Amino acid sequence: MVSLLSHLLNGISLGSVYAIIALGYTMVYGIAKMLNFAHGDVIMIGAYITFSAVHMWNMPPVLAVVISMVVCTVLGVLIEGLAYKPLRQATSLAVLITAIGMSYLLQNIALLVWGPNPKSFPSVIGLPSISLLDGQLIIAAETIVTVLANIVIMIALTLFTNKTKMGKSMRGVSEDKGAAQLMGINVNLTISVTFAIGSALAAIAGVLLCSTYPVLMPTTGSMPGIKAFTAAVFGGIGSIPGAMLGGILLGVIEILGKAYVSTELSDAIVFGVLIIVLLVKPTGLLGKKVHEKV
Amino acid sequence: MSRAKKNFINNLITYGMVVVAFLICQLALSGSIDGFKMSRSLKGQLVPICVYIVMAVSLNLTVGISGELSLGHAGFMSVGAFSGIIMSTWLAARFNMNNEVVRLIISLFTGGIFAGIAGVLIGIPVLRLRGDYLAIVTLAFGEIIRNVLNCLYFSIDEGRLHMSFLDPMLPGKMIYNGPAGATGVDKISTFGMGFALILFTLFVVLNLINSRSGRAIMAIRDARVAAESVGINVPKYKMMAFVISAALAGMAGALYGLNISSVTAAKFKFDTSILVLVFVVLGGIGNIRGSVIAAALLTVLPEVLRAFSDYRMLVYAIVLIVVMLASNSPFIATRIATLKSKIIRKNQTKEGNPA
Repeated sequence: MVSLLSHLLNGISLGSVYAIIALGYTMVYGIAKMLNFAHGDVIMIGAYITFSAVHMWNMPPVLAVVISMVVCTVLGVLIEGLAYKPLRQATSLAVLITAIGMSYLLQNIALLVWGPNPKSFPSVIGLPSISLLDGQLIIAAETIVTVLANIVIMIALTLFTNKTKMGKSMRGVSEDKGAAQLMGINVNLTISVTFAIGSALAAIAGVLLCSTYPVLMPTTGSMPGIKAFTAAVFGGIGSIPGAMLGGILLGVIEILGKAYVSTELSDAIVFGVLIIVLLVKPTGLLGKKVHEKV
Repeated sequence: MSRAKKNFINNLITYGMVVVAFLICQLALSGSIDGFKMSRSLKGQLVPICVYIVMAVSLNLTVGISGELSLGHAGFMSVGAFSGIIMSTWLAARFNMNNEVVRLIISLFTGGIFAGIAGVLIGIPVLRLRGDYLAIVTLAFGEIIRNVLNCLYFSIDEGRLHMSFLDPMLPGKMIYNGPAGATGVDKISTFGMGFALILFTLFVVLNLINSRSGRAIMAIRDARVAAESVGINVPKYKMMAFVISAALAGMAGALYGLNISSVTAAKFKFDTSILVLVFVVLGGIGNIRGSVIAAALLTVLPEVLRAFSDYRMLVYAIVLIVVMLASNSPFIATRIATLKSKIIRKNQTKEGNPA
């Protein structure tokens, strides 16, 4: 029973990281209608920047995280402006392949800058873990911080999209780009802001991910990136609560699969669940049904 | 010139190009001309070049002709590779088959059949989805195949094949050992067979494209609803393209697996699928000859530029982005168009007013 509880907690913690990454995917997809494959690699860059700031320039962890968020925001806006903006009118295949190219570019830049050897990433969260039920259930401080961060980000994003002017234009652009432009919304600026928010979240996700699973490599971001994308699709791409739900469910399924079925098969289980969900509900759990126009 | 005739000549050029390239390679291998000899490292690349050409042409069938982005092509390659290896080992152990050519041909077709079966199983759910969703599900299936292969074990004991799931304890000699992959494979692949497989693939794909079915597949790609409304069976033709593409990838996989002495499932990661997709995109989506050329050049290139191998993927990434931007961005497209018209105008004025 206690072990189940502890697996569930680990699952929710991992799922919270997936949820934060999935937010970046889902917001970009909702507004620019493109899969930003490079998102997972922005996470990796964010983690590397934090790592360098803490261990090479001896900065306090909080400052390091802020710097990493700033760098990732700039990076996200740059990627959008250089690679995706010229392709607004292009087919989705062309944009997807460009995004894959961007993902490889970031991985290889990281490979050249930081080298191929895995770096061990000590947790930036210097808090002791909590022990409950006479020490049978130990909750790591990372778990608590991750879940709290997830909740704060969710609330902040929901408020942002519902209450602010920028949030309103985001919703407008995601509904109908052309009509939004006619209403005087700056579509390009809105898309850039979306990328900026998504990339800043990716930096936070990178730090949280590497604090829990402390190995940092140029390919660190790709698998969590793919899984977070799966989470976004699972929850219904384009929907912010969907990303949260999908991320947490996926994290729990992965950890429970690892614990009770087989470590080797845990990825297969995660992707299997995605396929089943898409077959039953092709727009994901909370996605809107889009009618086909002829 | 009629369209059929144009197609015929076009295909002839493609076949001719492959045959001429093969003859040049044979000449270089024999070393009968002074100073024209193939380096050792290039010799080792001959079969992989054939493998990647077949992979690129078969993926082009899905991506270019059928218009569905597949990100799990390496999954079919791995199914083909391991079923081909197991077949080859079994044939040798059970029937003492010494004729390597026959053994290789049977193994290639086994790889193709198993990958085709995987294609049917995956195609049923995948082809119900569209666009980005389809891409992500093919990616998911590629990962699932790799994961499941890591849990399978095969051994051979007195000519009998044993198989287990998640249990490495099997009688006899292990052929395929879960995460450790297949080891001690008989290297029976030859460059000649690779050449034959390329011709076979081109024959299948080019004939399909120019057939009634091929036109139906392309009609679905261009306007699905219109195609459906004139009575084209959409699921059937989509499935046909997907399964043929998977089976050809399986044959390429078998050729690949039987060319090296040990293979693991990790070799057929997402990266391999992307690599083949890069060949298809750079060769031109839907252009079969382009795929052949791009696959051959981009497989050789890293060998030639061995000194720059650290930058290989970096260069790939940049080339991929630049090509996509150049071919799709309206900004660059208009610049190129004005440049072109300027050059043409210059030539015309030159011809008009001879100095």
